[in-house]
Amino acid sequence: MVHVKVPTPLRKYTQSADVEATGDTVGALLADLDRRYPGLRERICDPDGQVKRFVNIFVNGEDIRFLKNLETALKTGDELSIVPAIAGGR
Amino acid sequence: MLPASAVLAQPTSPAEGVRAVPSVLQLIGNTPLIEIHRVRDGVAPGVRLLGKLEGFNPGGSVKDRPALKMIEDGLRRGLLVPGKTILDSTSGNTGIALAMVGAALGYPVELVMPGNVSTERKKVVEAFGARVVYSDPLEGSDGAIRLCRTILAASPERYFKPDQYFNPANPQAHYESTGPEIWQQTGGRVTHFVAGLGTGGTIMGTGRYLKERNPAVQIVAAEPDDAFHGIEGLKHMASSIVPGIYHEQELDLKIGVSTDDAYNMVYSLGREEGLLVGQSCGAAYVVALRIARTLAEGTVVVLFADFGDRYLSTNLWLGWQRLGEAAAPAGGGRR
Repeated sequence: MVHVKVPTPLRKYTQSADVEATGDTVGALLADLDRRYPGLRERICDPDGQVKRFVNIFVNGEDIRFLKNLETALKTGDELSIVPAIAGGR
Repeated sequence: MLPASAVLAQPTSPAEGVRAVPSVLQLIGNTPLIEIHRVRDGVAPGVRLLGKLEGFNPGGSVKDRPALKMIEDGLRRGLLVPGKTILDSTSGNTGIALAMVGAALGYPVELVMPGNVSTERKKVVEAFGARVVYSDPLEGSDGAIRLCRTILAASPERYFKPDQYFNPANPQAHYESTGPEIWQQTGGRVTHFVAGLGTGGTIMGTGRYLKERNPAVQIVAAEPDDAFHGIEGLKHMASSIVPGIYHEQELDLKIGVSTDDAYNMVYSLGREEGLLVGQSCGAAYVVALRIARTLAEGTVVVLFADFGDRYLSTNLWLGWQRLGEAAAPAGGGRR
């Protein structure tokens, strides 16, 4: 199981800030998340499957852009964070 | 140390000799208005599109105005006195402005920012000598607001909190400066004013002034079209802690903008107008264009809150785009 940290605007899907999901890669994990919480993936990814450009995904604190993107490997115990680019009143 | 009254004094204009302002604070405001000539597809010739370039403020954004006003107000009311620290939560520009004003006046500044603010913002704030406390990035700016309240509650005697979300001096700054400037710069011809929604201070204060001068002026707000967005500085009001200074009934219209549209507009303004602005400006200009396209004639003023160079490390430019494709024309390929 991979620990997933969910940002506030997406907690209406998960009802929780911390959830668990499975997947050998980030892409597979996002698919599993969508099975558990229908509609979640389309908030994170564009229709072509790529992560929306204002969304950052970190695996154990590392930005997956600098790893292997959606192919980044995951193992049990890893922590994945979904973080929107900064938003809010200045 | 130079007393605050000397730093805040208005400059004099001697007939001869040295002409200098007393401090950086007197350089706040009086920003230029620029005509947008090229990025205006579908807009009738009788409609003018004008950008108010707030990036010309010394701290680099529109937030210099409320930051100065709120601190002046705190000094006047005896809430900010020597020995106190200026404390507030901010996702960026207000923090930079408070740090600059605090430095100019000799007051320490402590800021609570979400951990995912841009690197440039962190560095600029620290360069002004402010102390920064980072809140959970997953909680966004509301998380910073809550953490700031906790810090204040622990030792209220230490701090002066301008509280930009609830301080009437925030919109008042715009009522007294941004509004009159736009009225004068357009010779009273402004028909529409468009700005993004962050604290709501800019659009509330500027809108109030313009409506007083001419009740027919339309006040239009740009906001993200979804709670989950990447338009730095803007709030999706329906899903946020609503600022106390924000009164939606004073707006004529509020229009949602997607993050993609806002980013693409930033690229267009840079390439076609030579105007590199921030992402909230992209959102505001998307709304300005939508309004302008419905008009036969008019003068639409859009507030560009800052310039774009403090976002170069953000998703706006680096995100998921490969370098070199980031500057593709609006509407073109995005990866």
